[in-house]
Amino acid sequence: MIIHHPLLGPRDASEFVYLGAATLLDRPDPQTATPDDWHAYAYLRDNPAGPHRELWFHEGGDRSWLVVTRDTTTHEITDVALARDVALERRK
Amino acid sequence: MRYSGFRIIKEALTGHRGWGPAWREPEPKAHYDIIVIGGGGHGLATAHYLASVYQQKSVAVLEKGWIGGGNVGRNTTIIRSNYLLDGNEPFYEFSLKLWEGLEQDLNYNAMVSQRGIINLIHSDAQRDAFTRRGNAMILNGADAELLDEAAVRREYPYLNFRDARFPIKGGLAQRRGGTVRHDAVAWGFARAADSRGVDIIQNCEVTGFRIQDGTCTGVETSRGFIGATKVGCAVAGSSGRLMAHADMRLPIESHVLQAFVSEGLKPILPGVITFGAGHFYVSQSDKGGLVFGGDIDGYNSYAQRGNLPVVEDVCEGGMAIMPMIGRARLLRMWGGIMDMSMDGSPIIDRTHIDGLYFNGGWCYGGFKATPASGYTFAHLLATDTPHHVATAYRFDRFRTGHMIDEKGVGNQPNLH
Amino acid sequence: MTQINRLQGGQINRDRPLKFMFDGKFYQGFEGDTLASALLANNVRLMGRSFKYHRPRGPLTAGSEEPNAIVELRGGARREPNTRATTAELYDGLVAHSQNRWPSLAFDAMAINDRFSNFLTAGFYYKTFMWPKAFWEKLYEPIIRRAAGLGALSGREDPDVYDKGFRHCDLLIIGAGPAGLMAALTAGRAGADVILADEDFRMGGRLNAETFEISGQSGADWAASAVAELSSLPNVRLMPRTTIIGAFDHGIYGAVERISDHLHMPDADKPRQILWRITTRQTILCAGATERPIAFDNNDRPGVMLASALRTYANRFAATPAKRIAIFTNNDDGHRTARDLQACGVQIAAVVDTRPDAALSTDYQVLRGAQVIDTKGRLGLTFAEVKLADGSERTLECGALGVSGGWNPNVHLTCHQRGRPAWQDDIAAFVPGGILPMGMRVAGAATGALSTHQALVTGKEAARKALGLKGRAPKVADAEDMPVNMTPFWYVKGTTRGWLDQQNDVTVKDVKLSHQEGFRSVEHLKRYTTLGMATDQGKTSNMGGLAIMAELAGKSIPETGTTIFRPPYTPVPIGTFGGRMRGTEFHPTRLTPSHNWAKEQGAVFVEVGNWLRAQWFPRPGETHWRQSVDREVRQTRASVGVCDCTTLGKIDVQGTDAARFLNFVYANGMAKLPVGKTRYGLMLREDGIVMDDGTAARLEEDHFVVTTTTANAGKVYQHMEFVRQCLMPDADVQLISTTEAWAQYAVAGPNSRKLLEKIVDADHDISNDAFPFMACANITVCGGLRARLFRISFSGELAFEIAVPSRYGDSLMRKLMQQGEEFGVTPYGTEALGVMRIEKGHAAGNELNGTTTALNLGLGRMVSTAKDTIGAALSRRPGLNEADALKLVGLKPLDPETKITAGGHLMRADGPVDAAHDQGYVTSAAFSPAMNSMIGLALLKQGDERLGETLRLVSPLTDLTISVEVVSAHFVDPKGERLRA
Repeated sequence: MIIHHPLLGPRDASEFVYLGAATLLDRPDPQTATPDDWHAYAYLRDNPAGPHRELWFHEGGDRSWLVVTRDTTTHEITDVALARDVALERRK
Repeated sequence: MRYSGFRIIKEALTGHRGWGPAWREPEPKAHYDIIVIGGGGHGLATAHYLASVYQQKSVAVLEKGWIGGGNVGRNTTIIRSNYLLDGNEPFYEFSLKLWEGLEQDLNYNAMVSQRGIINLIHSDAQRDAFTRRGNAMILNGADAELLDEAAVRREYPYLNFRDARFPIKGGLAQRRGGTVRHDAVAWGFARAADSRGVDIIQNCEVTGFRIQDGTCTGVETSRGFIGATKVGCAVAGSSGRLMAHADMRLPIESHVLQAFVSEGLKPILPGVITFGAGHFYVSQSDKGGLVFGGDIDGYNSYAQRGNLPVVEDVCEGGMAIMPMIGRARLLRMWGGIMDMSMDGSPIIDRTHIDGLYFNGGWCYGGFKATPASGYTFAHLLATDTPHHVATAYRFDRFRTGHMIDEKGVGNQPNLH
Repeated sequence: MTQINRLQGGQINRDRPLKFMFDGKFYQGFEGDTLASALLANNVRLMGRSFKYHRPRGPLTAGSEEPNAIVELRGGARREPNTRATTAELYDGLVAHSQNRWPSLAFDAMAINDRFSNFLTAGFYYKTFMWPKAFWEKLYEPIIRRAAGLGALSGREDPDVYDKGFRHCDLLIIGAGPAGLMAALTAGRAGADVILADEDFRMGGRLNAETFEISGQSGADWAASAVAELSSLPNVRLMPRTTIIGAFDHGIYGAVERISDHLHMPDADKPRQILWRITTRQTILCAGATERPIAFDNNDRPGVMLASALRTYANRFAATPAKRIAIFTNNDDGHRTARDLQACGVQIAAVVDTRPDAALSTDYQVLRGAQVIDTKGRLGLTFAEVKLADGSERTLECGALGVSGGWNPNVHLTCHQRGRPAWQDDIAAFVPGGILPMGMRVAGAATGALSTHQALVTGKEAARKALGLKGRAPKVADAEDMPVNMTPFWYVKGTTRGWLDQQNDVTVKDVKLSHQEGFRSVEHLKRYTTLGMATDQGKTSNMGGLAIMAELAGKSIPETGTTIFRPPYTPVPIGTFGGRMRGTEFHPTRLTPSHNWAKEQGAVFVEVGNWLRAQWFPRPGETHWRQSVDREVRQTRASVGVCDCTTLGKIDVQGTDAARFLNFVYANGMAKLPVGKTRYGLMLREDGIVMDDGTAARLEEDHFVVTTTTANAGKVYQHMEFVRQCLMPDADVQLISTTEAWAQYAVAGPNSRKLLEKIVDADHDISNDAFPFMACANITVCGGLRARLFRISFSGELAFEIAVPSRYGDSLMRKLMQQGEEFGVTPYGTEALGVMRIEKGHAAGNELNGTTTALNLGLGRMVSTAKDTIGAALSRRPGLNEADALKLVGLKPLDPETKITAGGHLMRADGPVDAAHDQGYVTSAAFSPAMNSMIGLALLKQGDERLGETLRLVSPLTDLTISVEVVSAHFVDPKGERLRA
């Protein structure tokens, strides 16, 4: 696979390490979270057959975390963003 | 019809006219006591044990394609019970015991071959961990044997004892482990279940659950609605997709695991070898092909195919540990979709919906579990209580903190 | 050395005769031959035996789709089983053996299986061999295994080298037949970066095997001039002998280039093969088409071949299997073979055409509406039995029979991403369909357009589209444009032993039985009968099986199923995928800066991840590792020792939010750590389990240095970056791994300060008052060299860790040894390190095994409840806090002479010994010089409340049962007075 890094251009996927669904960005607020919220965050997944937002780490590169939107049935990648930008956006 | 050598001779002499279909092709009935979704190894085994052990008379297996087309026909055929943790080891040992009597139970030769499996040891820490595991196996009634380097070398002289990057320091052997002809498992269970009246309905895709007041009353399918008192799901690989119809999010990700077979070769590899410092394991089939595999590709996928980096990684491991396979040719590669669970262990449990039961999350260890998975799922479906070797496989273990994490890598499915 | 079946012409080099040996007999061929063509020229048709019935086999094809003529090539450690004689390039001195036969190819005892074929039908083994139970593994299976398999591996290490590489292009063209050459010319002339790959050693595809002309030139000459032009273009890379094996995601193709397989052995420094990963924007698949056979009784004898293969052998290789040949066809292309052979001087016995309206010929006899129903000849074809249109039968004397059942486009690579081919009625074959791999187009015969003219046109058009070329396209050269004129004909009615899969011995009868027994889907058929599972992957057999199943099921072929293909296109040596990553090169080896110094000391090294670390340092006279390790421990505890701990992960954390960041990452508080102080840090995963431990040293207000364990360095860094970028995106903090930047040494023991004082520059006071336990500082050593000093201790002694830039690591180590002589300083390795940490009760890798919590390790109180931190919330789950939770304890054997085994399990002294009564397990064990006995660390249920209890330690795996006492894990200096001294 080829991942189009927003800063570095097309890179072979073997430079990256995969973590999982991008919902891991949505860590519960410790002030208000219930045990159910923590359980859902850490353990439950949508696991869709289709577009999937997921986290890749550019370990063999600039060490940025990316949010990649990739179809799990075709492996087609439609969007790549810096995870930090996505996380900042969500704070707004 | 009973299979036997005598029967083969008789049929051979009379033009093979007497062989009937291995299973019927029934039309679905309007209602069954129990519907099992998924005509793979686990679903068919569940149906077999429901009919044979739990005396269920009204059972159907629904399969969206053709039976045995999923992971039971795509794995690397290894059976073993070399697990560490209390939640797992009794279950897998139960499974191994079922394998040992399976062919006589099914009247089908699935070529259960207890050729032995050796996990190679490459460091002191690994030896400590395997010692703990081997002891756990023995304490659970399984067999285990710790081998030193010389013992491994005696059995497999062509492993790399010369210039290995990670020298072989020994191995943990389970002599009762081995291989089974995988397709025959699906067919054997199907035939046995069918002979006891189970309806195996192929080309019947479940498209939804009918749920009324928190109770599941049947399934919508590509061949219409089929009512059921209980519905059991055993569709590993597709669990996420299926359970989404019941609005359930699972502690599971779907990942692709590739497997490989070489061209046919004269016997050279008596048992199963697992390389403890790379991603490579291998056995040789009765037809002569080296059947091997390694790590999952590592990203969510439903595509049943993988990519080159893992092919290379697996073959690099093979060449590192067994450099005499360099001139054997890789004939075929394929991918299967694994339910990678959040702790690497499966789930066999009721759901929060009455009448809806779940079996999945087998990661890449589902094949060896096939008989026990079927048996214990049948037990749960028939009695509404978990079978005693499967009590730990609960949905709520992640909520309560009772994870069964053999590898100790936590809630990251692609590391299990 | 006669070549009685050698014809005139061809593309072989008669000036280069080559000597070779098959089954112990010498023959001669020419440069440009394959092993199969050279054997045929020498009148050898018998080249192998089939898998199951051991039937005699000769080549069916002239290419990589060959099921029959497979041999063991070369000898010794280079023995190469299952090699297709039809693609093995002849070289001088080639040696090959037939395989899967005993005692000889002509007389194979296992051929008795053929006599019992009626008993050995599809899937017979599933129905028997079940009684008595024990006989399967002891009797039946060993016999089956010995009979199965094809060629044999040598069992010796592969002596050849394999390589890997990456290539990139605008356009990858797969196949250098007319379509591929035309596509390459079009794209190459337009200036695109082109790779043209072909599995053959001679580019041109069918053009080399045919007699058609292109613009008045012979096809082969046209191909040669096209190749010449392409090789003159700097933007075109020609890759002959290169098979594109698979289409992977996002335009990545796997390619295997055979560098040395046509040589006696690889040239010095040359690999045998190279695996290329080709990344391309656009691809044109020009893989051509493969002829398919027709099934009839005994259609598997040596001499029965695909008609087009006869043409290839005659036109390209100037070889023929016989001087008198018959043709069996359902289409016009079969007649082309007859004409070509006749032109070469081969006698045509007859053309048997299934079509009642087939055209007659003045040159040879055409038997219209006729069928070949059987053949004769024990080790090779002698007669073909023909049933004529009027029902009468006739025997044709012939040494070969060319069979033509139509052509199947080679759609393989279009299926590699699970695209499903579509049915095309006029050629009765599957053509590319569904969603093709990204950027892929198909041209030429692979599309189902089977004429040369069509190949040129579609090749040109595909290249123009792929590159977006505008303007008027030049006209293509003149070439034949014969329509396909065929009537589907798959098998002769009434045949039972008509072979479909010749290698695996799957006959029409087996397909019928499969249908009868309910194995009716294509996948069931394949798996039940093994159709298409042989080394040729069913390239010539799948369609026939499918067609027969369709007829039995009363459905059309496309309704019945499709044949899809998986990578690789042809089998690939495992060594090629392995490349150079084998032996010591399997993984990179990481060495610390003072590795050479340790080597000079005769250190024994151990693999720790990718690192090599000194395990112990034997001294003269020490014959057992324990002597060395015990000495290192004693000497360190008595005076001073030095240990290389460079491999610990080191992460530099800087920024105004560095403290806040670490306070979130570590379970214990880090926010208020003063500058100049170090703190032990416990890191949890978000699921509440311990991830790692280490130290955090605050060198400045906004600058920390943290350490990780050696094993988890990469993982912890990744995790910290995740927290920084994904969970604290607005924090001002930067991370960098500095593991390789600093060489770090533990200096431990009561004399450690004295030793360091000789090295640390005088303006840095490292006395206990000025530099107490857990202090840290930027200092200078040896007269101005910058260094970092941490007063931390893993051994339990007064100890420091000193770090200098990597390039000074070796010098520092030598300096420490030199300056330490007066104290009797000893270097110590990982074993002594381990002993001392066990004596001190420090958890390490064996305890931080990914399932333990802070509570288990006795560090529960470190998990702050006052702040939000990774892992805190989920660590509070009831299952991780049960009353009988495992706790870290020490173990001491009651009998000091006995051994403690790590991995042993703990049982009550008087209770049952089984899994249900398991109390815990031993995580680490070592001989303690301080205790003068073995000691252990264990995780024990409620361990903290059981000090003093006697337990049984059992290790049935190693045959050990001993009594142990539960003690505190802190064997040495439990009050920690030494490390504060």
